[in-house]
Amino acid sequence: MRTLFFDAFLHSPVTLAPPEPDPAALAEVERALAVRPRHLSGQSLAIRQVDAGSCNGCELEIHALNNPYYNIERFGMHFVASPRHADLLLVTGSVTHNMRTALERTFAATPAPKWVVAVGDCACQGCLFRENYACAGPVDRVVPVDLTIPGCPPSPTQLLSGLLALQQALNSNV
Amino acid sequence: MTETTSLHHTLPALDFLQGLQPVAHHHPWPRFRLDQAAWRDMREALARGTLSLLGLWADREEIHAAVLDHQSALLILSVVVEAGGFPSLSTQVPQAMRLERTIHDLFGHHPQAIPDERPWLDHGRWGVAQPLAEGRRVPVAPVEYPFLPVEGESLHQIPVGPVHAGIIEPGHFRFTASGETVVRLEERLGYLHRGIEQRLEGCDLLQGARLCGRISGDSTVAYALAFARAAEAATQTVPSPRSQALRGIMAEMERLANHFGDIGAICNDAAFAMLQAHFSMLREQILQIAEHCFGHRLLMDRIIPGGVTCGLTPEGSRRLSNWLKTVPNTLSKLVEVYDETPSLRDRMRNTGVLSSELARRFAAGGFVGRASARTFDARRNLPYPPYDRLDFQVPLLDSGDVNARVWIRIEEIRQSIPMLRRLLTMVEEGPLTTPLLAGGGEVREGCAVVESFRGDILLWLRLDSQNRILRCHARDPSWFQWPLLEAVVYGNIVADFPLCNKSFNCSYAGHDL
Repeated sequence: MRTLFFDAFLHSPVTLAPPEPDPAALAEVERALAVRPRHLSGQSLAIRQVDAGSCNGCELEIHALNNPYYNIERFGMHFVASPRHADLLLVTGSVTHNMRTALERTFAATPAPKWVVAVGDCACQGCLFRENYACAGPVDRVVPVDLTIPGCPPSPTQLLSGLLALQQALNSNV
Repeated sequence: MTETTSLHHTLPALDFLQGLQPVAHHHPWPRFRLDQAAWRDMREALARGTLSLLGLWADREEIHAAVLDHQSALLILSVVVEAGGFPSLSTQVPQAMRLERTIHDLFGHHPQAIPDERPWLDHGRWGVAQPLAEGRRVPVAPVEYPFLPVEGESLHQIPVGPVHAGIIEPGHFRFTASGETVVRLEERLGYLHRGIEQRLEGCDLLQGARLCGRISGDSTVAYALAFARAAEAATQTVPSPRSQALRGIMAEMERLANHFGDIGAICNDAAFAMLQAHFSMLREQILQIAEHCFGHRLLMDRIIPGGVTCGLTPEGSRRLSNWLKTVPNTLSKLVEVYDETPSLRDRMRNTGVLSSELARRFAAGGFVGRASARTFDARRNLPYPPYDRLDFQVPLLDSGDVNARVWIRIEEIRQSIPMLRRLLTMVEEGPLTTPLLAGGGEVREGCAVVESFRGDILLWLRLDSQNRILRCHARDPSWFQWPLLEAVVYGNIVADFPLCNKSFNCSYAGHDL
């Protein structure tokens, strides 16, 4: 343990510089806000992640946002355990019929004002997991989506870039 | 000596195979078609422990079982569905139960005398019954799912999920507790059923590889490899040594990334976030190196039937070998903290103990089996390239607790590091892909068993003469680990469930398909 602490003095932090907010994401959020105006007081965003039918690839990269390299909490964003504590739902997967009710209930349990971000190609467009007997398709078929972050899976940097754009758009919309 | 007689030679216990000829065009292991009496004999052998069940699936006409003898010879045994049913194995072989319930949900074949008739993946929300058979349209009506009854004084139930508290996949856990002590856990899964097996029907091999690479995202390399190997077996194709070495590098990188992530997450559940921070950095480093090496952090879509889609970049190769020099030192410092922290020791040891008897009966793969004295690793027991040319140990422990499952991971990391060094020297010149031959009008079948970080994946494939998929079945290691999680939680406190669960780290997506 001592050598680990000693190492900490020898090395500089691993945390990466934040990416620029994604301009396309910024425009997308602004369009969504024009249709459904909502106001966020302050900068912080409490995020509830919902896997509605993903392969778990997106979850792994969302997890990585918490590691010291991306350190999402430095931007005032953190993951919460209950939708009742959340401002934002981060939804992955082409929504399965078996998860549809759970997603609807999670959305309903999230207090307004609330935002929904669809993460990954499946959640954004369905892609490989288009509608079939088991899947309803992309997230916007089930709950209204404010921002899409595509990728299979999107990298942590892409995720951050999208979330920072959302945060910026919400703050410039006050 | 024919293939059949040599088989009888190695499998003396299997009298019921006498006189049978293997089904044509099935590779690399033989497939036999049994009558119902022989199928029951197989059930006896499974119940006695002479054979272990490695998989059970169906098509429209037949039920297929993959069975393993003395951990060295694999057989596929099939029985024709008669009058809509087949003799259930789960009356004597409980690990077959969820697989049989799934067969009934997807195909409608009735497992005769199955002790549990409840649907498993079908929650009544699909609007079709038996989607992989004729797919009859039925009204959407959520199934009333009675949990198993629990009797006793002062019991209470804790329902958890399908949406869990963390960044995790969905599933439902129903705990019954007496005070803080769990007296029963029952799982209900299927929330992530995406109809993958139906999507695979009619696909070409490249589409198939993309879909299989998304059965369980954390094992994308292992699944793509299993699919590729099954397709190569069916078409009798041998990929180049170069692509085999590259596949090995990808598979071991995936193993390292997942083991690092798991160890960190387990420590975090014992309120030791500092180790999670360190292990998550190691995980991030290997993912970044993977991107430099092959252009994708999780290595999706890099393995295809016939080979791989890209070579190893010189920059990636340099980064990987440099990282491999520093990581043993970092790891040993972290392991020292893990092993010498009393609060961790207190939480990890004697928690969630899985008996070696249960591990053996359920043929539990991966760290779950190997922490409970079941010595099976597909890389060694059913060797495939490049592992047939590598020297490595398969770590084994017998205490079966959370701590043992962590230690198996640590030791596997320590095996993978020199393996990766060796594999880097094995990347020679050669083609990345080898074309797969189409058949001469006949249907061909292939099977593959691949060791993912979580345990052995079994993938079975039937191709038409144009190499289109007629039927593809993938059995995730979690099928035989999920039921054991129910067993190990018994008698532990509720607060230790996350530790037990993380130490198993079963896949939801891989199981639900």
